[in-house]
Amino acid sequence: MTRAGKNILFRALLIGPALLAITVFMIIPLGLMAYISFRGRDYSGGVLWDQFTAEAYVRLFFESELDGTLALNFNYMYIILRSVWLSFLTMVISLAVGLPVAMFMATRDAKWKAVLVFMVTLPFWTNLLVRNYAWILLLRDHGIINSALLWLGIISEPLPLLHNSFAVAVGLTYSFLPFMVLPIYASLEKIDLRLVEASFDLYANRWQTIKRVILPLAFPGIVAGCVLVFVPALGAYITPELLGGGKTLMIGNLIGFQFGAARNWPFGAALGMFLLALVLTSLWLYARRYRGDLERLQ
Amino acid sequence: MNTTNRVGKHTAKLLMASAMALTALSGSAWAAGELNLYNWSNYFAPELLERYEKETGTKVNIDSFASEEDLLAKLQAGGGGYDVIFPGTTTLGVMVEKGMLAKIDVNKMENFKNLLPAFTTIAGDEDRTYSAPYMWGTTGFTYDPEMVEGGPLEDSWKEIFEPRDGLKGNIAMLNEMSDVWNAAAYYTGVSKCTEDPAEAQKILDVLMAQKPHVKLYSNDGTIDRMIAGEVAVHMQWNGAAHRVKEKKPDAVYVYPREGTTFWTDVIAVPKDAPNLEEAKKFVNWMMSPEVAAIASNYTGYSNAVSGSGEFLKEDLRADPAVNTPEEYNDRLRAFENCSPASKDLREKVWTKLKS
Repeated sequence: MTRAGKNILFRALLIGPALLAITVFMIIPLGLMAYISFRGRDYSGGVLWDQFTAEAYVRLFFESELDGTLALNFNYMYIILRSVWLSFLTMVISLAVGLPVAMFMATRDAKWKAVLVFMVTLPFWTNLLVRNYAWILLLRDHGIINSALLWLGIISEPLPLLHNSFAVAVGLTYSFLPFMVLPIYASLEKIDLRLVEASFDLYANRWQTIKRVILPLAFPGIVAGCVLVFVPALGAYITPELLGGGKTLMIGNLIGFQFGAARNWPFGAALGMFLLALVLTSLWLYARRYRGDLERLQ
Repeated sequence: MNTTNRVGKHTAKLLMASAMALTALSGSAWAAGELNLYNWSNYFAPELLERYEKETGTKVNIDSFASEEDLLAKLQAGGGGYDVIFPGTTTLGVMVEKGMLAKIDVNKMENFKNLLPAFTTIAGDEDRTYSAPYMWGTTGFTYDPEMVEGGPLEDSWKEIFEPRDGLKGNIAMLNEMSDVWNAAAYYTGVSKCTEDPAEAQKILDVLMAQKPHVKLYSNDGTIDRMIAGEVAVHMQWNGAAHRVKEKKPDAVYVYPREGTTFWTDVIAVPKDAPNLEEAKKFVNWMMSPEVAAIASNYTGYSNAVSGSGEFLKEDLRADPAVNTPEEYNDRLRAFENCSPASKDLREKVWTKLKS
């Protein structure tokens, strides 16, 4: 074999495993999902493989009236909008909390940094389900927060903290906060602190230094953190189920329902494709909006 | 570190060994004089396995599934080599329709006469050609009298759907589409298999009016929620109600007079069962009173065999939530297999309720 031939073989072997993993675990499942979303519905669960129909996508936006005509259907849109809104809220709160935390961490000395990073990742040692249950114990009527407030005499009736959108937002923020803190910390840590000193030397005050020096340098981390929080929050399943009290659905629960009780696999798959499109579109918009800023930094 | 490694390797070896054993087992045809059951976990009394072996000399093995989707999938894939399975009513319907079950003529079996009249037929297997009843239960609601002002609640879904002032915000519903839909259908007097959008609208109206008073919809932790006093009223399955009463003896399980759904799990035999004759004998044996009682004592749910009452554990027999009083028999409503059009309406209502 020629040297060039060997080289190609070597490269193929190196790329092979990654390519295989992407094909088996991403491309094939996605293709299958897209395919199922265009098949007929088997009411006893499953799919009518030999039937092509776009019914699942029509169902997303329209419902049939009594006389068979189609009318706009806002039910699924409400659920999707609520998911987007809650995920956006989660992202904003996580950023508001995560940025100062990351700044604090990045400005400690090396020994402390290690400890603090460890503490941020500590919650991952416990299963997400358990952590959400813990919030039930905190938030419920006879829970720790309400009991404490009652005991202190600040309130006379338990506050309705659990089983509403507030509880879902709290749960989502708690679950995804580390995904915001860590990337911001990573980009802040690389900042040359002499730049901050230089900024002070040039008579910038603290606020100006943060706004004009630190934030622009931390920007790639902030973008990464926002994406890492927004995207998984959009598909959240456990948190709305447990903390929302099953009163309102998010997209994740709606999809789960289609594959479970409703036995409408094509529609579930179509919802999955829609969620994917939603995520890709928002990422694309995000990238387009900030591409210039990111390129300037690199 | 070293020890954990060794333990890890040991576990891996064990796993491999058992995997190989399993393959070997499923590869060979099951020997005669054996019977393989496939059931939910913790849903079959170990005592009965021994007993059957002692009485007939047939060795009984049991394997468990986590959901009926698993059961269906495994049988559809043609695997398993199971002789006796325990599906729910919905799955039974699918299996009969798809021709997955053996005709075992349960209605001609010797012990068929033992069945309570209500169970001699079932949706999907009307003349009991394929299946015998195993366990059954009801969906009603439980309340804690201590948390309810103004005396005992009526035996009516009204108490849940149009709650009195003290109960507003103090109600939990099951997060189960068909159970909630059925209850609202009984309450509004609409057929639960309705295909009429106007009737479905009535059901939706009741549920939407109720929603602000509902604290949560959930299937999990219904027992703890009642015991902790988080809600005063909980739509509940009767087996769960029985366990609430173990901690809160005053709690009351209500069979609403407008209609109380009952579900049934059945015993059936797959079409390609390796030990068909043996399986038939087993199904017949399961319909004898003492055997059915032992099964109930283990699961905590009712069986459908008359005369089993005297063999029941005292606490089960004494609890009207489990041992349904006869005067409530006309309140019980069986599962019905509704048309696709009706299922569509039900889903629409559920989605609108939750959007």
